[in-house]
Amino acid sequence: MKVIPVSYRLAVTSRVLAAVLGGYIVAALASVSLTLLVPMARADAVVTGMMTSFLAYLGAVIWCFACRSAWRAWLGLIVPSLVLAAISGLAYWMGRS
Amino acid sequence: MKEGFRQAMAWLHTWAGLIFGWLLFAIFLTGTLAYFKDEISHWMQPEIPARSVTSEASLTVAQNYLQQHAGGASRWLIDLPDAREPGLSVRWQQTPAKRGERGQFTEKLLDPQTGAEVQGRATTGGEFFYRFHFQLQMPYPWGRWLSTIAAMVMFVALISGIITHKKIFKDFFTFRPRKGQRSWLDGHNAVGVLVLPFHLMITYSSLVIFMSMVMPASILAAYNGDARAFYDEVFPASTAPERADKPAQLAPLAPLLEKAREQWSGGRVGRLTVNNPGDANASVVLVRDGADRVVHDFGSAVTFNGVTGQLLGTTPEQSLPRAIAGSFYGLHMGHFAGPVLRWLYFICGLAGTAMIGTGLVIWLGKRQLKHAKSAVMPFELRLVEVLNIASMSGLMVAVAAFFWANRVLPVDMAGRADWEVNSFFIVWGLSVLHAMVRRGRTAWIEQLALVALLFGAMPLLNAMTTPYHLGVTLAQGDWAMAGFDLTCLGSGVFFAWAAWKMQRSGQARIVIRQRAQPITLEREAN
Repeated sequence: MKVIPVSYRLAVTSRVLAAVLGGYIVAALASVSLTLLVPMARADAVVTGMMTSFLAYLGAVIWCFACRSAWRAWLGLIVPSLVLAAISGLAYWMGRS
Repeated sequence: MKEGFRQAMAWLHTWAGLIFGWLLFAIFLTGTLAYFKDEISHWMQPEIPARSVTSEASLTVAQNYLQQHAGGASRWLIDLPDAREPGLSVRWQQTPAKRGERGQFTEKLLDPQTGAEVQGRATTGGEFFYRFHFQLQMPYPWGRWLSTIAAMVMFVALISGIITHKKIFKDFFTFRPRKGQRSWLDGHNAVGVLVLPFHLMITYSSLVIFMSMVMPASILAAYNGDARAFYDEVFPASTAPERADKPAQLAPLAPLLEKAREQWSGGRVGRLTVNNPGDANASVVLVRDGADRVVHDFGSAVTFNGVTGQLLGTTPEQSLPRAIAGSFYGLHMGHFAGPVLRWLYFICGLAGTAMIGTGLVIWLGKRQLKHAKSAVMPFELRLVEVLNIASMSGLMVAVAAFFWANRVLPVDMAGRADWEVNSFFIVWGLSVLHAMVRRGRTAWIEQLALVALLFGAMPLLNAMTTPYHLGVTLAQGDWAMAGFDLTCLGSGVFFAWAAWKMQRSGQARIVIRQRAQPITLEREAN
């Protein structure tokens, strides 16, 4: 049987963590951004945001395993997270004032 | 993982499917059984007679009973009987001793014709499969979380599977029987693609059902951390008025049914809630029957003043986003489905279960081939083999044992309902032990044969332990009861065939093994 190098195992673990945890954060931030931006009644916007979040999660997971390296997987989640966090923060702040 | 996109998705499909496959198999099988939850409960409590009484008559019966037995309760809940669930269920909640506490609930099942309490044997019935399907016999909320996580993995496995499988429709028409590993792969693809819309719907909707539990960030953001305000807005009818502490006679409830039907242009009432019965501030909330339409509306209710019978309010029409969420819920539950559609749901559910099962078999089969010549299997493959056997055939033995326990355990045994559930888990546990001590194929054959025996003999067992055997139920046209027996018999025949088939191919394999054949599956779908 072929021996699998430790670096490969670590890279797979890193991708799994990125997909599960990073993917959840992207999905949650996407749902918040959408909820705060769609022009709907509050409860409807929440429902829309929550329903859509799973598609964001799915996309994030696929990205984590499709990209070339584990580093790119993380980068591809951190950048959209920051953007979505900025959008949600801005929308939240504008909604309060 | 340096290869192309499709290979990467094949890897994801393989491993996500393996790690969660055993759990998903159990979730799919019990969920499929739950489509016949009421029919299973009927078989497991055959003493409860099926009556056809109008909603008005049974509601009057319920009101009389509750006025006699639960006059001082803070709340009554009445579930009206319907075609699938013939029992009239009444529950009441005691006024809590202290404010803010939850009062204790009492539940009784009534005969809708006579109003007498019905004493069925203690059992969880079909409710067991329904609850296990999403709670996995774990304390709240862990089971719900785990099953929702499994649903997300299922979603990922489905989509990555579709991407992997490029020639989806061309391959659909290729089924190569009696080719061992190849036939399993063809079968996996065929059941996967054939009911693909069902798979996508059932998986995505399961996420939607628990979305406010697993993805609450947007509720907190939109309601400034006050999740309660969100639920009050979505379910407006659930808020109960304060007690006036002045006694007043409750109006007759039966005429309210007609008034509610007018509001819903003919929709039926599923459940009634009476808040503060016997008080001047009594209110009656009528909730629409979920079987009425596909789109489920949790809030859809009409509220009346309990003393004057005056209409207090109706919930507004569902908005589009909530109607979409409601239709996912409705489609998943299938409450609206009539007999034909219900069977279709059942068959689709079985196809999903079979897809997961064949996937697990393929994973192991491909890796076993590499070790066909060595006498000892590596530990990880042996582990997967044991888990495969116990999670598939072992689970089916356990399901059969659950039904057997219902007929074999004494009717007046203490803790009877719990012991039915215990027998399910004890037998499931024993199947793990059995799979560990026997060789792979032998364990499969023996467990499948046991499943065949237990299911095939179910009508006989029923005839020996109750007076409701097939001769009676078929003649009476009690299709729930007869259908259960016949389905068990059919499953018994199927599993006997499966066991026989395994035995034969096991013998054939010994002959083939002498001339080891090259397998080129890796190239196509890893």
